[in-house]
Amino acid sequence: MIQKEEIEHMGWLARIELSEADKELFVKQISSILDYFAVLDEVETAEVDPTYHVIGIKNVVREDEPKGSLSQSEVLRNAAKKEDGYIKSPRIL
Amino acid sequence: MEVKIGLECHAQLLTKSKLFCSCSTDYHNADPNTHVCATCLGLPGALPVVNTRAIGYAIKIALALGCEVQEETIFYRKNYYYPDLPRGFQITQYDFPIAFNGLVRIESDSGDGSKEREIRITRVHMEEDPGRLAYKGTIDSAKYSLVDYNRSGMPLVEIVTEPDLKSPKEARIFLGKLRSILEYLDVYDGDLEGAMRVDANISIEGGDRAEVKNISSYKGVERALLFEITRQKNLLRRGLNVRLETRHYDEVRGITLSMRTKEFEHDYRYFPEPDLVPICISDRVEAVRQEIPELPDEKRKRFLALYSITPEHASSLTYDLPIAVYYEAVASKIDPRLSATWIADVLKGELNYRSISMREASKRIPHDEFVTILRSLEQGVITERGATTIIRAMLDKGGKPEEIIKIKGLASMGSEETEKIIYGVLKDNKAVIADYKAGKKETLNFLVGQVMKHTQGRADPKEVSRLIRDKIESGV
Repeated sequence: MIQKEEIEHMGWLARIELSEADKELFVKQISSILDYFAVLDEVETAEVDPTYHVIGIKNVVREDEPKGSLSQSEVLRNAAKKEDGYIKSPRIL
Repeated sequence: MEVKIGLECHAQLLTKSKLFCSCSTDYHNADPNTHVCATCLGLPGALPVVNTRAIGYAIKIALALGCEVQEETIFYRKNYYYPDLPRGFQITQYDFPIAFNGLVRIESDSGDGSKEREIRITRVHMEEDPGRLAYKGTIDSAKYSLVDYNRSGMPLVEIVTEPDLKSPKEARIFLGKLRSILEYLDVYDGDLEGAMRVDANISIEGGDRAEVKNISSYKGVERALLFEITRQKNLLRRGLNVRLETRHYDEVRGITLSMRTKEFEHDYRYFPEPDLVPICISDRVEAVRQEIPELPDEKRKRFLALYSITPEHASSLTYDLPIAVYYEAVASKIDPRLSATWIADVLKGELNYRSISMREASKRIPHDEFVTILRSLEQGVITERGATTIIRAMLDKGGKPEEIIKIKGLASMGSEETEKIIYGVLKDNKAVIADYKAGKKETLNFLVGQVMKHTQGRADPKEVSRLIRDKIESGV
């Protein structure tokens, strides 16, 4: 069973504010997800190499050639708040 | 109390396009958010594709730092939320970086008589630069941040050292050496704003370590570390613990501040970037090795042996590649030791004073004109003071050495004219000559000064001194 403190910590990492009701709900839901995946813990993997990528291709690269970018107005189109060509965000330090 | 410092140095690579997209890297004087595309803005569905030249540059750096380049390299996602990171994760590397285990030699007292210290390099890896945050007014008073994603996705190489540095001064020397190596490789330009950013881990014997982030200048490194050492020493002196924490360097105030972060490495939830496939790098190593030029250490040794100059001059002349190239061009025509003095001591001093780079200076004084100046000096056409005047004039206003000699009247006086002036000065200073004869040898300087004043610096003071002494002692 996952603890409430862990849910709070996950909320902090995702920068999401959680109400007490949210926390209780997520404790139950995330615990059940973890229980479901716990089946995998029983698989014997001592002889298996770790998987880093599931597609078997390598060395996909591009040449160093600059191409055009979006215009400033296109870049800012989805921004909720903007000022002087910048996107505005809360001050964080 | 022993101090241990380890650095994480982030250097921007001089590619034409960004690390995972084709946006131009030439954003330094551009309007905000004009060098951005779907990929470096992190729009859903955009696919990163790695820049092959950036990989080549990272291998080149790893080899120049004596590292073991790995077989294969893999990119990871490092997850954290910050406004400068558009996707909520940074594409970086983790357990399969470009290379491990290198070594950089720096000039610093080792304590056992040797003037050289070895700083071990832990690893070299690649990552993308986040965007840049700007503030209206000062960072303290601003009510919000302004985000510019032009820098987002710029190719960085991160060079991590072992905690082998013993003082803030050594940290500065190391960074200077690193800059020098990267510039020799032609993969980096330290003059670009924000080209190098450093995080420092620092601990004092008996305490935990603190990580200082956000150091963005060479001078800043020494200052930030000095502040941090004093802070930690004060804590230990009062019997308090140094907390294991991340601190932010405030460049303006020159202090470090606790960031009160609650995040640790496992909170970053590193996992392999599914959109980027593994890259084989070992088969590129030999080709890249061929591109590595003579590096600062080798060049310094060659200069010492070939030109018989002092070790100080050899170091000074090889630190900055354009200066080394300029020196060799001049030293092929003029006595290498005279050239070394005039470039390492005089020219470099004048450049520092004016904050101009050698690249710029060589436009104002092409090396063949520097040769003309030194040749005129060697032949006695001008004095040392005249040569300095010409160098300053050319740096400030341009012009040719020959013209400046004429316009400023710098041609050395003929010996006849000089003798005449000496004769006049001696005639007017009988009392001083008597003092000199009575044993007050320092009065000679006064007489030389008088002559130099009358010649307006156009005579060679050493020669004047010799002539005056001869004249007094022979009773003329």
